[in-house]
Amino acid sequence: MKVVVCTKQTPSTTAVFSVNNGAVSWEDSGGKPNVVNPWDEYAVEEAIRVKENHGASQAIALTMGTPDSQEALKTCLAMGCDEAILVSDPSFAGSDTLGTARILAAALEKIDGAKVVIFGKQAIDGDTGLTPVQVARKLGWTPVTYVSAIKEIKGHTITLERLLEDGKETVTTDLPVVISVVKEINEPRYPSFMGIRKANRATIPTWSAADLNISGGVGAGASQADWSHVYAIPAREGSVEIIEGDSVEEKVAALVDKLFEEKVI
Amino acid sequence: MNLQLTDEQRMIVEMVRTFVEKELQPYEEEVEREDGVRPELQRQIRDKALQFGLYAANMPEELGGAGLDTVSLVLMERELGRTSYALQHFVARPSSIIRACVGEQIETYLLPTIRGERHDCLAMSEPNAGSDVRGMECRAVRDGDEYVITGTKHFISHADVADYAILFAASGEEQTARGVRKKITSFLVDMGTPGFTVKRGYDVVSHRGYHNCILQFDGCRVPVGNILGVEHRGFDVANQWLGSTRLSVAAFCVGRAQRTLELCQQWAATRVQFGQPIGKNQGVSFKLADMATQIRAAEWLTLDAAWRTDQGAARDEDYAMAKLYATEMLAMVTDEAVQIFGGMGLAEENPVVRFWRDARVERIWDGTSEIQRHIISRALLRPFENR
Repeated sequence: MKVVVCTKQTPSTTAVFSVNNGAVSWEDSGGKPNVVNPWDEYAVEEAIRVKENHGASQAIALTMGTPDSQEALKTCLAMGCDEAILVSDPSFAGSDTLGTARILAAALEKIDGAKVVIFGKQAIDGDTGLTPVQVARKLGWTPVTYVSAIKEIKGHTITLERLLEDGKETVTTDLPVVISVVKEINEPRYPSFMGIRKANRATIPTWSAADLNISGGVGAGASQADWSHVYAIPAREGSVEIIEGDSVEEKVAALVDKLFEEKVI
Repeated sequence: MNLQLTDEQRMIVEMVRTFVEKELQPYEEEVEREDGVRPELQRQIRDKALQFGLYAANMPEELGGAGLDTVSLVLMERELGRTSYALQHFVARPSSIIRACVGEQIETYLLPTIRGERHDCLAMSEPNAGSDVRGMECRAVRDGDEYVITGTKHFISHADVADYAILFAASGEEQTARGVRKKITSFLVDMGTPGFTVKRGYDVVSHRGYHNCILQFDGCRVPVGNILGVEHRGFDVANQWLGSTRLSVAAFCVGRAQRTLELCQQWAATRVQFGQPIGKNQGVSFKLADMATQIRAAEWLTLDAAWRTDQGAARDEDYAMAKLYATEMLAMVTDEAVQIFGGMGLAEENPVVRFWRDARVERIWDGTSEIQRHIISRALLRPFENR
């Protein structure tokens, strides 16, 4: 059994999002390069733990993206993944989530023995959270979202815990599965210095469109999502009022009066 | 000329920065308040540093270290400079000098130190021998297969958490063209050796939580087997080490200055006076420009000296220039930071005030600015000697 973690390279969390005439840009004033999508760090950690604790033979990181995405894959290797694969082709550019799912599903079909596929719950740039479920649909595998624990993998089944708004639920299902994980599932480890060295010595294979048996359209031309109007939310205007008073009690009383007055409470 | 970092170096920087932000910075206020690092916290930092390979990163891979090249090591030290000196010490980089260990010393001192089982401290400075280290008065007199050591060392960093000291002592005199000169020998001396005591040193203004110590040797007997390097040639061993510590200080200052500048940028952009952010005033924004420019210059001087080291082409003046400029730069940056923050720059709640306090020692230890200038100017004038 192999576990595959699907990751995406995204802008860093400190990058500032801006929109100019419908064009989106992310700029990091600190010059921080793109990173592994922060949600995916939990997925990478969990993939390594599936190998360490549940008997997977290999933890493989898979990314669809431009050649630059190798950097994110190196981070996955440095954290402890055994292998990394980049899926990249100029024809993939502009794919929507469905196109991306078609490409990733084709790549996953090419990985012999993949039984557990793990995603982070969403990417911090697109924020759709759709890809894991769409990949599962294309593969015909079981999707399980918002996973907060992998309890057991036994024979052909897997038992998972899901974290929902109203509580937790335990799900047992047959393998293979595609799961998306939430941050409560683990604390991602740091890439070790030894891992960093190993990652930089590794050769990361690139699979192009010609290497995959993709069913359905991909790329900008096949995209069913139309990003016709992208704009920044106007900055909110407001004012700040400091509640004065001689004691904490006096300040709290004045604050409560104010909140009543404004019908906040 | 390629000034780009390698992918590996970029990953090291990112990893160490994350480690610093998650594992060290959260404890800064506690260390300032308590003026120390709790033993459990020391262990926690050491264990994590060992787990992820940061520990003994300056030591060769074949000995169990991370085997970083000098540029990578300087980048790591720069990131560690972004946090408390007392805390970052536990992500240890043992004194490079212990690589001079031979025979049984390797199993007794070198390897356990790299594994984080034993901890070293380096005993050089004395009350009457600061910049003039060769003027040291601590004596080592040979008596059969032992040396008898008598004297005092002070301002010895980390002796309170060390298992052994790397001690430099005067072991004799020799006649040279410039007159009589002391011969210096380096020894490995275990804590607890009879005649060797350690006490807390002076309370100083910089780096709360880190303590200097006073080491007293009173007829302390050390076997000749504990000589590090060659008898009477202790400075040959030390000279290999001095460059790396000066680079370490320079890199620390660059990281510390970068963090200070980031705090100032944030403050200048958000602190509103007279109806606009104070950064709109050239009195503030030009300070930021000078800070950023000097930080960049110090960083490149430091990386240049590191790169020269990796090429086997570094000279004493390369280290001296990096140390001199980076430490003076940090003094300017932290002082201007206090000015930008105004009254809040002197509030203990604000890290800027401790960066300002901490910066003062950097121009003094590991060779004062004046000693660095002496090294640089001596190199400049050497070609004109004997003309």
